[in-house]
Amino acid sequence: MTANLMFYVFTALTALGALGVVFNRNTVNAAMCFLLSLVGLAGLFVLLEAYLLAVLLVFVYAGAVVTLFLFIVMLLDVKGGRRSPFTKGTGLAATVAAALIALGLLSLYNHGRIAAALPAGPGSGSSLKGYAYQLFTTYLLPVQIVGFLLLMAMLGVIVISKRQAGTEDGK
Amino acid sequence: MNISLNHYLLLSALLFAIGFFGVLLRKNTLVIYMCLELMLTASTLALVAFSRYNGTMDGNVFVFFILTVAAAEVAVGLAIIVALFRLRQTAQVDELNALKH
Repeated sequence: MTANLMFYVFTALTALGALGVVFNRNTVNAAMCFLLSLVGLAGLFVLLEAYLLAVLLVFVYAGAVVTLFLFIVMLLDVKGGRRSPFTKGTGLAATVAAALIALGLLSLYNHGRIAAALPAGPGSGSSLKGYAYQLFTTYLLPVQIVGFLLLMAMLGVIVISKRQAGTEDGK
Repeated sequence: MNISLNHYLLLSALLFAIGFFGVLLRKNTLVIYMCLELMLTASTLALVAFSRYNGTMDGNVFVFFILTVAAAEVAVGLAIIVALFRLRQTAQVDELNALKH
Protein backbone atom coordinates (compact mmCIF):
# COMPACT_ATOMS: atom_id res chain seq x y z
CA MET A 1 0.00 0.00 0.00
CA THR A 2 2.78 2.37 0.92
CA ALA A 3 4.64 1.36 -2.21
CA ASN A 4 1.62 2.27 -4.30
CA LEU A 5 1.37 5.65 -2.65
CA MET A 6 5.08 6.24 -3.16
CA PHE A 7 4.72 5.33 -6.83
CA TYR A 8 2.07 7.98 -7.33
CA VAL A 9 4.02 10.59 -5.38
CA PHE A 10 7.16 10.01 -7.45
CA THR A 11 5.13 9.83 -10.65
CA ALA A 12 3.60 13.23 -9.90
CA LEU A 13 7.03 14.65 -9.08
CA THR A 14 8.54 13.32 -12.29
CA ALA A 15 5.70 14.33 -14.60
CA LEU A 16 5.20 17.79 -13.09
CA GLY A 17 8.93 18.41 -13.22
CA ALA A 18 8.97 17.43 -16.87
CA LEU A 19 6.04 19.73 -17.61
CA GLY A 20 7.88 22.47 -15.78
CA VAL A 21 10.88 22.02 -18.08
CA VAL A 22 8.68 22.44 -21.13
CA PHE A 23 6.49 25.32 -20.00
CA ASN A 24 8.82 27.46 -17.92
CA ARG A 25 9.86 30.67 -19.65
CA ASN A 26 12.91 31.10 -17.47
CA THR A 27 15.75 28.76 -18.42
CA VAL A 28 17.16 28.55 -14.88
CA ASN A 29 13.73 27.55 -13.57
CA ALA A 30 13.50 24.95 -16.34
CA ALA A 31 16.80 23.46 -15.20
CA MET A 32 15.52 23.37 -11.62
CA CYS A 33 12.36 21.58 -12.78
CA PHE A 34 14.58 19.10 -14.63
CA LEU A 35 16.36 18.48 -11.33
CA LEU A 36 13.02 17.86 -9.61
CA SER A 37 12.00 15.42 -12.33
CA LEU A 38 15.28 13.54 -11.93
CA VAL A 39 14.78 13.23 -8.17
CA GLY A 40 11.36 11.71 -8.82
CA LEU A 41 12.89 9.33 -11.33
CA ALA A 42 15.54 8.27 -8.82
CA GLY A 43 12.73 7.51 -6.37
CA LEU A 44 11.06 5.33 -9.00
CA PHE A 45 14.35 3.50 -9.52
CA VAL A 46 14.44 2.80 -5.79
CA LEU A 47 10.90 1.41 -6.00
CA LEU A 48 12.12 -0.81 -8.85
CA GLU A 49 14.95 -2.02 -6.58
CA ALA A 50 17.66 -0.57 -8.79
CA TYR A 51 19.44 1.14 -5.91
CA LEU A 52 22.78 1.60 -7.62
CA LEU A 53 21.15 3.21 -10.62
CA ALA A 54 19.16 5.57 -8.41
CA VAL A 55 22.35 6.75 -6.72
CA LEU A 56 24.15 7.03 -10.04
CA LEU A 57 21.26 8.98 -11.52
CA VAL A 58 21.45 11.52 -8.73
CA PHE A 59 25.25 11.72 -8.94
CA VAL A 60 25.61 11.88 -12.71
CA TYR A 61 22.45 13.70 -13.78
CA ALA A 62 21.57 15.88 -10.80
CA GLY A 63 25.18 16.37 -9.78
CA ALA A 64 26.97 16.80 -13.07
CA VAL A 65 24.57 17.30 -15.95
CA VAL A 66 22.17 19.79 -14.37
CA THR A 67 25.08 21.70 -12.85
CA LEU A 68 26.68 21.90 -16.27
CA PHE A 69 23.39 23.13 -17.73
CA LEU A 70 23.07 25.84 -15.07
CA PHE A 71 26.67 26.82 -15.64
CA ILE A 72 26.12 27.25 -19.36
CA VAL A 73 22.81 29.07 -18.86
CA MET A 74 24.48 31.59 -16.60
CA LEU A 75 27.55 31.82 -18.83
CA LEU A 76 25.59 32.51 -21.97
CA ASP A 77 22.93 34.66 -20.28
CA VAL A 78 20.30 33.51 -22.77
CA LYS A 79 16.82 34.82 -22.61
CA GLY A 80 13.96 32.45 -21.96
CA GLY A 81 12.88 32.81 -25.52
CA ARG A 82 9.74 34.20 -27.01
CA ARG A 83 7.47 31.54 -28.35
CA SER A 84 6.93 32.44 -31.96
CA PRO A 85 3.49 31.71 -33.39
CA PHE A 86 2.91 28.34 -34.97
CA THR A 87 3.28 27.96 -38.67
CA LYS A 88 0.89 25.65 -40.47
CA GLY A 89 3.56 22.95 -40.88
CA THR A 90 4.46 22.93 -37.19
CA GLY A 91 0.81 22.67 -36.20
CA LEU A 92 0.26 19.75 -38.55
CA ALA A 93 3.40 17.96 -37.32
CA ALA A 94 2.39 18.50 -33.68
CA THR A 95 -1.13 17.17 -34.32
CA VAL A 96 0.15 14.05 -36.09
CA ALA A 97 2.73 13.46 -33.36
CA ALA A 98 0.14 13.90 -30.61
CA ALA A 99 -2.21 11.47 -32.34
CA LEU A 100 0.55 8.87 -32.73
CA ILE A 101 1.63 9.18 -29.10
CA ALA A 102 -1.97 8.98 -27.86
CA LEU A 103 -2.48 5.86 -29.98
CA GLY A 104 0.69 4.30 -28.59
CA LEU A 105 -0.32 5.05 -25.01
CA LEU A 106 -3.79 3.64 -25.61
CA SER A 107 -2.52 0.40 -27.14
CA LEU A 108 0.02 0.09 -24.34
CA TYR A 109 -2.77 0.47 -21.83
CA ASN A 110 -5.02 -2.06 -23.53
CA HIS A 111 -2.61 -4.81 -24.52
CA GLY A 112 0.49 -4.78 -22.36
CA ARG A 113 -0.01 -7.35 -19.63
CA ILE A 114 2.68 -8.71 -17.39
CA ALA A 115 0.84 -9.41 -14.20
CA ALA A 116 3.11 -9.66 -11.21
CA ALA A 117 6.71 -8.81 -10.56
CA LEU A 118 9.10 -11.65 -9.97
CA PRO A 119 10.63 -11.54 -6.53
CA ALA A 120 13.95 -9.79 -6.46
CA GLY A 121 16.54 -12.53 -6.59
CA PRO A 122 20.31 -12.52 -6.92
CA GLY A 123 19.89 -11.81 -10.61
CA SER A 124 18.03 -8.57 -10.17
CA GLY A 125 19.32 -5.06 -9.80
CA SER A 126 19.42 -4.98 -6.03
CA SER A 127 22.86 -6.49 -5.62
CA LEU A 128 26.07 -4.72 -6.44
CA LYS A 129 27.75 -8.04 -7.08
CA GLY A 130 25.37 -8.67 -9.95
CA TYR A 131 26.56 -5.52 -11.69
CA ALA A 132 30.20 -6.33 -11.13
CA TYR A 133 29.77 -9.85 -12.46
CA GLN A 134 27.93 -8.69 -15.58
CA LEU A 135 30.31 -5.81 -16.28
CA PHE A 136 33.41 -7.98 -16.09
CA THR A 137 32.09 -10.98 -18.00
CA THR A 138 29.32 -10.43 -20.54
CA TYR A 139 29.78 -6.70 -20.98
CA LEU A 140 33.57 -6.44 -20.79
CA LEU A 141 33.96 -5.13 -24.32
CA PRO A 142 31.28 -2.41 -23.93
CA VAL A 143 33.03 -1.28 -20.74
CA GLN A 144 36.28 -0.84 -22.66
CA ILE A 145 34.50 0.94 -25.49
CA VAL A 146 32.70 3.29 -23.11
CA GLY A 147 36.01 4.12 -21.46
CA PHE A 148 37.44 4.97 -24.85
CA LEU A 149 34.33 7.02 -25.65
CA LEU A 150 34.78 9.07 -22.49
CA LEU A 151 38.40 9.77 -23.42
CA MET A 152 37.36 10.81 -26.92
CA ALA A 153 34.57 13.04 -25.55
CA MET A 154 37.02 14.74 -23.22
CA LEU A 155 39.49 15.41 -26.03
CA GLY A 156 36.65 16.56 -28.28
CA VAL A 157 35.36 19.05 -25.73
CA ILE A 158 38.84 20.46 -25.24
CA VAL A 159 39.32 20.86 -28.98
CA ILE A 160 35.88 22.42 -29.50
CA SER A 161 36.13 24.93 -26.69
CA LYS A 162 39.72 25.96 -27.36
CA ARG A 163 40.05 29.49 -28.63
CA GLN A 164 41.50 29.32 -32.08
CA ALA A 165 43.55 32.09 -33.59
CA GLY A 166 42.07 33.52 -36.74
CA THR A 167 38.47 32.71 -35.87
CA GLU A 168 35.84 34.80 -34.19
CA ASP A 169 37.85 35.27 -31.02
CA GLY A 170 41.12 36.13 -32.68
CA LYS A 171 39.92 39.15 -34.57
CA MET B 1 -4.59 -2.09 -7.13
CA ASN B 2 -0.99 -3.07 -7.33
CA ILE B 3 1.54 -1.22 -9.41
CA SER B 4 2.27 -3.26 -12.51
CA LEU B 5 4.73 -2.97 -15.35
CA ASN B 6 2.06 -1.13 -17.30
CA HIS B 7 2.13 1.80 -14.92
CA TYR B 8 5.85 2.24 -15.36
CA LEU B 9 5.62 1.92 -19.12
CA LEU B 10 2.81 4.48 -19.24
CA LEU B 11 4.84 6.90 -17.16
CA SER B 12 7.85 6.30 -19.38
CA ALA B 13 5.80 6.97 -22.51
CA LEU B 14 4.32 10.08 -20.91
CA LEU B 15 7.76 11.42 -20.03
CA PHE B 16 8.97 10.71 -23.54
CA ALA B 17 5.95 12.53 -24.97
CA ILE B 18 6.50 15.55 -22.73
CA GLY B 19 10.14 15.73 -23.77
CA PHE B 20 9.16 15.34 -27.40
CA PHE B 21 6.71 18.22 -27.24
CA GLY B 22 9.31 20.29 -25.46
CA VAL B 23 11.62 19.75 -28.42
CA LEU B 24 8.83 20.75 -30.80
CA LEU B 25 7.57 23.78 -28.87
CA ARG B 26 10.62 25.49 -27.46
CA LYS B 27 13.01 27.74 -29.36
CA ASN B 28 15.85 27.93 -26.88
CA THR B 29 18.67 25.51 -27.72
CA LEU B 30 19.45 24.80 -24.07
CA VAL B 31 15.84 23.98 -23.19
CA ILE B 32 15.58 21.77 -26.27
CA TYR B 33 18.69 19.95 -25.10
CA MET B 34 17.16 19.50 -21.65
CA CYS B 35 14.04 18.03 -23.24
CA LEU B 36 16.24 15.60 -25.20
CA GLU B 37 17.77 14.49 -21.92
CA LEU B 38 14.27 14.04 -20.56
CA MET B 39 13.46 11.68 -23.41
CA LEU B 40 16.65 9.75 -22.68
CA THR B 41 15.75 9.34 -19.01
CA ALA B 42 12.26 8.19 -20.01
CA SER B 43 13.83 5.36 -21.99
CA THR B 44 16.00 4.41 -19.02
CA LEU B 45 12.89 4.16 -16.84
CA ALA B 46 11.36 1.70 -19.30
CA LEU B 47 14.54 -0.37 -19.35
CA VAL B 48 14.77 -0.55 -15.56
CA ALA B 49 11.09 -1.48 -15.26
CA PHE B 50 11.43 -4.27 -17.86
CA SER B 51 14.53 -5.52 -16.11
CA ARG B 52 12.80 -5.61 -12.74
CA TYR B 53 9.67 -7.34 -13.99
CA ASN B 54 11.57 -9.96 -15.98
CA GLY B 55 13.95 -10.73 -13.14
CA THR B 56 17.03 -10.13 -15.28
CA MET B 57 20.02 -7.88 -14.94
CA ASP B 58 20.63 -6.81 -18.51
CA GLY B 59 18.35 -3.80 -18.59
CA ASN B 60 20.02 -2.37 -15.52
CA VAL B 61 23.48 -2.82 -17.00
CA PHE B 62 22.23 -1.16 -20.17
CA VAL B 63 21.04 1.84 -18.15
CA PHE B 64 24.47 1.94 -16.54
CA PHE B 65 25.99 2.38 -19.99
CA ILE B 66 23.33 4.89 -21.01
CA LEU B 67 24.21 7.07 -18.01
CA THR B 68 27.88 7.02 -18.99
CA VAL B 69 27.20 7.86 -22.61
CA ALA B 70 24.71 10.58 -21.61
CA ALA B 71 27.34 12.28 -19.48
CA ALA B 72 29.78 12.34 -22.39
CA GLU B 73 27.03 13.46 -24.75
CA VAL B 74 25.98 16.37 -22.55
CA ALA B 75 29.57 17.59 -22.25
CA VAL B 76 30.10 17.55 -26.01
CA GLY B 77 26.68 19.01 -26.79
CA LEU B 78 27.06 21.91 -24.39
CA ALA B 79 30.55 22.62 -25.72
CA ILE B 80 29.06 22.80 -29.22
CA ILE B 81 26.30 25.14 -28.01
CA VAL B 82 28.86 27.42 -26.38
CA ALA B 83 30.98 27.45 -29.53
CA LEU B 84 27.87 28.25 -31.57
CA PHE B 85 26.93 31.04 -29.20
CA ARG B 86 30.38 32.55 -29.47
CA LEU B 87 30.08 32.52 -33.23
CA ARG B 88 26.50 33.75 -33.64
CA GLN B 89 25.68 35.50 -30.33
CA THR B 90 22.35 33.71 -30.06
CA ALA B 91 20.93 30.45 -28.77
CA GLN B 92 17.51 30.63 -30.43
CA VAL B 93 16.96 27.94 -33.03
CA ASP B 94 15.03 30.17 -35.41
CA GLU B 95 18.03 32.48 -35.67
CA LEU B 96 20.48 29.65 -36.24
CA ASN B 97 19.58 29.25 -39.88
CA ALA B 98 22.97 29.08 -41.61
CA LEU B 99 22.11 25.72 -43.18
CA LYS B 100 18.77 26.93 -44.51
CA HIS B 101 18.82 27.36 -48.27
